[in-house]
Amino acid sequence: MNETPTRDDTSRSEQQARSSARPALTVRPLRHPWRWVCALVVLTVAAAMLSSLLRNPNVNWPVVRDYLFAPVTLDGVVVTLYLTALAMVIGIVGGTAVAIMRLSTNPVLSGLARAFIWFFRGTPVLVQIIFWGYLGALYPTLQLGIPFTDVVFLEGRTSDIITPFLAATLALGLNEVAYAAEIVRGGISSVERGQTEAALSLAMTPAATMRRVVLPQAMRVIIPPMGNEVITMLKTTALVSVIAGQDLMTNLQRIYSQNYQVIPLLVVAALWYLALTTLLSLPQAWLERRFGRGHLAASPSMWSRLLGLRARRTAKEA
Amino acid sequence: MSAGPTPPDVVVRAVDVRKSFGRLEVLRGIDLQVPRGGVLCLLGPSGSGKSTFLRCVNHLEKIDSGSLEVAGEYIGYRRVGDHLQELPQRKIARQRTSVGMVFQQFNLFPHMKVLDNVVEAPIRVRRESRAEARAHGLELLERVGLADKAQAFPRQLSGGQQQRVAIARALAMRPQLMLFDEPTSALDPELVGDVLDVMKQLAADGMTMIVVTHEINFAREVADTVTFMDDGVVVESGPPAQVIDHPTNARTRSFLSKVL
Repeated sequence: MNETPTRDDTSRSEQQARSSARPALTVRPLRHPWRWVCALVVLTVAAAMLSSLLRNPNVNWPVVRDYLFAPVTLDGVVVTLYLTALAMVIGIVGGTAVAIMRLSTNPVLSGLARAFIWFFRGTPVLVQIIFWGYLGALYPTLQLGIPFTDVVFLEGRTSDIITPFLAATLALGLNEVAYAAEIVRGGISSVERGQTEAALSLAMTPAATMRRVVLPQAMRVIIPPMGNEVITMLKTTALVSVIAGQDLMTNLQRIYSQNYQVIPLLVVAALWYLALTTLLSLPQAWLERRFGRGHLAASPSMWSRLLGLRARRTAKEA
Repeated sequence: MSAGPTPPDVVVRAVDVRKSFGRLEVLRGIDLQVPRGGVLCLLGPSGSGKSTFLRCVNHLEKIDSGSLEVAGEYIGYRRVGDHLQELPQRKIARQRTSVGMVFQQFNLFPHMKVLDNVVEAPIRVRRESRAEARAHGLELLERVGLADKAQAFPRQLSGGQQQRVAIARALAMRPQLMLFDEPTSALDPELVGDVLDVMKQLAADGMTMIVVTHEINFAREVADTVTFMDDGVVVESGPPAQVIDHPTNARTRSFLSKVL
């Protein structure tokens, strides 16, 4: 190494000298002083806005307080949650079926699926809600029987059969089927063709292949947008107030149409919807982890999702 | 179709198999036979139709004409008079139980642990009990040298390990015939050996195999028959000592001179 012949002890002392001249350096990350400044500005503005809202007499906080946990409000919350759950169950189950139909090689099934999606995605959900709510105007009586014969099993007045709640459930559920179908179809298409071929080569039937191999992998792609759909649905249920759907919005509207306290009651509505959407976003993180098994990228934890923080990749799952 | 009934010791018999993708005819009349316990290596340049032919053997691709029998059954079809009638998927699945396949890209199920990959089809398709399937699965993983990875996810394994799991998974269905579609082409060079060793052992144990490969040395060592395909036809076929070392056809010679 050295040009001059050296003994071991000289080279060792040289090394010591070198290391004392250049001690091991610690590495520090980039500093972000402006982040602190920005945070301070944002907090100040937010505090000012909040305080102005809190001190605004037009909000009429005593009314907000009176109605926030009033029985009529809580009844509405229960109906809203129930309606959201029912519509999403119809949407996800029906949407999966329609997505599989849409991808079928059977032209009758895929044609039907296309037509369904085209119609329910192409008309406003508000129109669909009103349509179901006023179905009696189109068909005053409903009957179940064999077409083009006189055989009738059941018959009744439309307004007795299709209650506002059922109309709301049908309208929101069928509308959701169309959107969920497209999400599920995207998820199914994202699974590599080789997975299907491997399953088929193991003598699995196409149905078993879909259920055991394709859908579980598609879930990873399906869940994030589906979580979005749940939250959108919760808020969309407010539209059923146009057919007196008994939900949170219907009940609060009924109150402010009597006492004219529009703003405070809308504040009550906003607070409840915000609280419910926050709660509903929690299970999503858990589901994303569950169906992300076997994949490297870690999904955000429940708390980081809740606070909107970006998750750091963890080596744990690798 | 002048061919008579398949002799019992013939596992695969292809007679004038033809297949087109649109206007491109990729198989232009393939005739070949694989006897029980035989190892057939299919060589040929890419686009010669060898992978397509392999995929026709278990009906991942439909054939346009000709006939393909595995263990005396027309895979994917039923003979009605003088034509072959395509079967419903359910029945094709039943036929496929006798054919295992290993893919270039492994295609393990990423959401299942290694052992679950192996026992899935035996439990669902062969209706084996969970305990029986697991015991057999562990035995197979032992055979491919991966018993300690039973509870790992495929992503945690190297390519060579994944491919050996894929072989174990196919064997778990107790097939009569194994198809290998370029099983080492997606592997890093240092991982190829382990996979080839498993395949050699399998051949030595008497498994009937069709292997599409570019591993000439493997073909020379293990194959009973080497079939060279080009442009959708079988150009030359025979024992490796003849086809690889003394090819008579100019196309075979030119291909081998490039890969050897």
